[in-house]
Amino acid sequence: MSDVKRIATRESYGNALAELGNEHDDIVVLDADLAAATKTGIFKKAHPDRFIDCGIAEANMMGVAAGLAASGMVPFASSFAMFAAGRAFEQVRNSIGYPHLNVKIGATHAGISVGEDGASHQCNEDIALMRVIPGMVVLNPSDDIEARAAVRAAYEHDGPVYMRFGRLAVPVINDRPDYKFELGKGVVLRDGKDLTIIATGLPVCNCLEAAEKLAEDGIDAKVINIHTIKPLDEELIVEVAKETGRVVTVEEHSVIGGLGSAVCDVLAEKAPTKVMKIGINDVFGESGPALELLHKYGLDTEGIYNKIKTFV
Amino acid sequence: MNKLELMKTANEIRKGIITAVHSAKAGHPGGSLSAAEIFTYLYFEEMNIDPNDPKKEDRDRFVLSKGHTAPGLYSTLAERGYFPKEDLVTLRHTGSYLQGHPDMKGIPGVDMSSGSLGQGISAAVGMAIAAKLKNADYRVYTLLGDGEIQEGQVWEAAMLAGHRKLDNLVVIVDNNNLQIDGPIDEVNSPYPIDKKFEAFNFHVIDIDGNDFDQIEAAFNEARSVKGQPTAIIAKTLKGKDVSFMENSVDWHGKAPNDDQYEVAMEDLKKVGEALCQM
Repeated sequence: MSDVKRIATRESYGNALAELGNEHDDIVVLDADLAAATKTGIFKKAHPDRFIDCGIAEANMMGVAAGLAASGMVPFASSFAMFAAGRAFEQVRNSIGYPHLNVKIGATHAGISVGEDGASHQCNEDIALMRVIPGMVVLNPSDDIEARAAVRAAYEHDGPVYMRFGRLAVPVINDRPDYKFELGKGVVLRDGKDLTIIATGLPVCNCLEAAEKLAEDGIDAKVINIHTIKPLDEELIVEVAKETGRVVTVEEHSVIGGLGSAVCDVLAEKAPTKVMKIGINDVFGESGPALELLHKYGLDTEGIYNKIKTFV
Repeated sequence: MNKLELMKTANEIRKGIITAVHSAKAGHPGGSLSAAEIFTYLYFEEMNIDPNDPKKEDRDRFVLSKGHTAPGLYSTLAERGYFPKEDLVTLRHTGSYLQGHPDMKGIPGVDMSSGSLGQGISAAVGMAIAAKLKNADYRVYTLLGDGEIQEGQVWEAAMLAGHRKLDNLVVIVDNNNLQIDGPIDEVNSPYPIDKKFEAFNFHVIDIDGNDFDQIEAAFNEARSVKGQPTAIIAKTLKGKDVSFMENSVDWHGKAPNDDQYEVAMEDLKKVGEALCQM
């Protein structure tokens, strides 16, 4: 996929914010000294009067965002996933989730593709932490087009939304004229009858490539992109599970509590199906270039393909 | 209201606190009683509010950062007419809208859900920033416990408030000197509290927080301050006006039994009668 356009979804976040800021006066963007990395600096440049740098104080930033939302503004609070969902978990839960305030959380640098910074900054737990909060919408877009659409959908949604973005530039896979982002709706990217790969975020493009390799082996895999982890498109998941039997989930997140767990929750109750969960296997990450780490942890095309081969 | 009327109102609010906590068989009377004058002054004199239109856009906001003293806030809101005083006995009961800690979704007049210490002040800072962004002239008040300021988030919020020169924000610290594990200066001393807020670029006023003259003077002074948030460090008596609760750490988070309830209400009745002699 070297010939396709690659953009990091954090870049999409910054661009979408600046654009939305032109359209809506009530948007405020908060950051915690990471504007250059989260790309909220793009918004800051376009709308300096509506950018609030809270300094390195994420817990306070979430509370300030809650206060802004309680006063009718639409705040986008931004930091790395580790600090937005991890450090500030209880502030998000009690000051934003419990009063169901209209705060949007933009969490960049999710997953092991953070790369060289290593395990302390590689958040593989944020989806689990955020989806357990009642009323929280959790979005995990797979490319630039979907990420920008997700930011727009988050603005239009009334209530708290957690958005997950990556540091690594990823291929644009949703560049088609009829592309439409519907919150809570899964997208069938490839049809198939032997098994279904349900993926989210960064590895969605690798799942499409893995499906092509599987096709060469005579295995016809359906590929579903789940950009909304919560509310989950249960109807689609039950339907494809019944249709293809086996299900594989793929995410750049712990296999505990993320998409895989959410899918298993649904299927265990509504359509018991054999599921293979591909993700980070209950370990911390490590330092290294992002692509090397994705390979080492089995989340590149080859790793996903090899793992699925043991399942069929 | 004149001073005597304010004192009588605070006495009524104290009766509501005891009634609510007794009925709930749980809750936090000590820190509710200590702040009764502050609650009274805010809701009957200081704030631009309308109990008939609790969400009024240009209203002043109040965040009870020390959310466990919800009985104090609820009794004040009921006294001010936000909801019936008879509802106070449903505090903490299953199905009641009067939750153990302030819930902005269900309680008229509550501007922010709170209870997890250290978080309310951040929301208050956000509300004050929103007023500045919208060129609105409403003011924001938040009440903190003196034990609560051991939370690091309080100082994150204070730093941002000072940095952004939020002169529409007033932080009040209810300095009753007691927290669950004992006197605050024995547990983990936050003293000197005034100097700490000064260092975070606040205008600081030290007062007796159970004295209406001093409370009035402090809020008036806060209005005149430009380019800085104000912190009012209010020395108070925990459990004030209930004989066996005064300055007693045991009554931080405990409800009176039926006998103790009778004694407490008798104490408060005497205070009220003395006020009527004035």
